[in-house]
Amino acid sequence: MNDTQPKISLKDVRKSFGSKVVLDGVDLEVGRAESLVVIGGSGTGKSVTLKCILGLLRPDAGTIMVDGEDVTRMRGAERERVLNKFGMLFQGAALFDSLLVWENVAFGLIQGQGMRRGAAKEVALEKMAQVGLGAEVGELGPAELSGGMQKRVALARAIATDPEIIFFDEPTTGLDPIMADVINDLIVNSVRSLGATALSITHDIASARKIADRVAMIHGGKIIWTGPVGDLDNSGNPYVDQFIRGSAEGPIQMEVLRP
Amino acid sequence: MMIIDFLARIGRLFIGFLGTAGRLSIFTGVAVSHCFRPPFFPRLLLQQMISIGYYSLPVVGLTTLFTGMALGLQIFEGSSRFNAEGSVAWIVAIGMTRELAPVLGGLMVAGRVGAAMAAEIGTMRVTEQIDALTTLSTNPFKYLIAPRLIAGTTMVPFLVLIGMIIGILGGYLVAVNILGFNSAGYIQNTWDILETVDIVTGIVKAGVFGFLVTLMGCYHGYYSRGGAQGVGAATTNAVVTASILILTANLVITQLFFSN
Ligand SMILES: Nc1ncnc2c1ncn2[C@@H]1O[C@H](COP(=O)(O)OP(=O)(O)OP(=O)(O)O)[C@@H](O)[C@H]1O
Ligand SMILES: [Mg+2]
Repeated sequence: MNDTQPKISLKDVRKSFGSKVVLDGVDLEVGRAESLVVIGGSGTGKSVTLKCILGLLRPDAGTIMVDGEDVTRMRGAERERVLNKFGMLFQGAALFDSLLVWENVAFGLIQGQGMRRGAAKEVALEKMAQVGLGAEVGELGPAELSGGMQKRVALARAIATDPEIIFFDEPTTGLDPIMADVINDLIVNSVRSLGATALSITHDIASARKIADRVAMIHGGKIIWTGPVGDLDNSGNPYVDQFIRGSAEGPIQMEVLRP
Repeated sequence: MMIIDFLARIGRLFIGFLGTAGRLSIFTGVAVSHCFRPPFFPRLLLQQMISIGYYSLPVVGLTTLFTGMALGLQIFEGSSRFNAEGSVAWIVAIGMTRELAPVLGGLMVAGRVGAAMAAEIGTMRVTEQIDALTTLSTNPFKYLIAPRLIAGTTMVPFLVLIGMIIGILGGYLVAVNILGFNSAGYIQNTWDILETVDIVTGIVKAGVFGFLVTLMGCYHGYYSRGGAQGVGAATTNAVVTASILILTANLVITQLFFSN
């Protein structure tokens, strides 16, 4: 494995649901220990892209390489080996509601790595502390938490096994601005200190500026712009400009009825 | 044109049916193969065994008790028309063991356990918990489905065995307390008529029914989609298909056991 090989690379990935085309030839590369942020409008297929990489959805066409291995056709044990490299924060948290909060966080350690429950609990509590949750929260069920707390538990679960690659699907949505910044720092730290590769999705431009090395914008089923985060303000791309200004005027038209 | 439309519709239905049958067969194959390959989850298996075996006891017990009592009354009333009142003990014993305890027990378990499984797994599907399991390198077939299938297939026979005993007891209570039978004589009659094969058929049926109920609960839950409504539909489908399969399998197994 050489250092120039991208950690993740997508080539011409296509995915439709019935007649609805969601991904229409996505090309994307994420370098080793890089933090890439994908921005784009609601419903443009950002979450679908992540699920295709993880193999939760099967792309209709195209190749997805992780560490130089084509993962689109993997099955069974081979796929499990590749999934072991990943941590994923789901947009809707997706906590197991039959388990306690700490058991959720420790899940990957106990099931995936075969750690003993006692040791795993210690690690879980430590990860929870990093996202601002005390030990007493660990003994609650996920249904007893607020939306923002659930998100943070899901975040702790995603990073608990210190994965090589971490996907964050809207990590700061639903958090207050201060906690959002704590989470941004945490993501930056995971990438810097653990050398993890991060692929995040966000609508929060402030968060993108903080956590991204590079930004990619998805629109109409394609990646229409990528560049270093420093170029975000002078991308020369009218779509990106409109998105970061958050303006209703521009080339991106929302399908809403105007009065 | 009408005829062609009609044929086309039948064709589409048939293709849809084949698709479902294929998907169910693959699901069953994969699920069963995971029951025999490690890693196993003993903690989850125990949890399912308790939830299926122990917590279904009251429902199955009540059902078989009342059915045994009603059966005793009916048989007495019917057999007295040709002076064969003595057959009450025999018919209750054979009816309970071969047919009523397994079929009624299976149907009650379908309503209690099959529905709950479809709802739980369906909710996990639509809230992406099943996707989350996969990303945490845990196979949902191993973690969710295998423990349920094993627990269903092994615990329902125990439930039904208890149901048989309670059902026969129900018949006995009615016979001795209401119909004026001699207690010792009734027990002796029951004991004399029962053969191993009666119990074995009932238990084999129960195992098959337990498998079918949990399989339907898991299958419909696993493939549910579309939020709360989808989970509701999955729950209904799990109970309906399990009930139909139980009644069909009951006939087939009975035929197999007694045709030779
Ligand atoms: N399992 C599915 N079945 C059918 N359609 C789906 C499915 N998953 C996603 N879609 C469709 O694909 C499109 C993209 O969905 P996706 O969840 O990727 O959006 P997104 O970019 O993450 O949006 P948001 O920012 O709102 O989360 C949506 O229009 C959605 O309706
Ligand atoms: Mg999304």
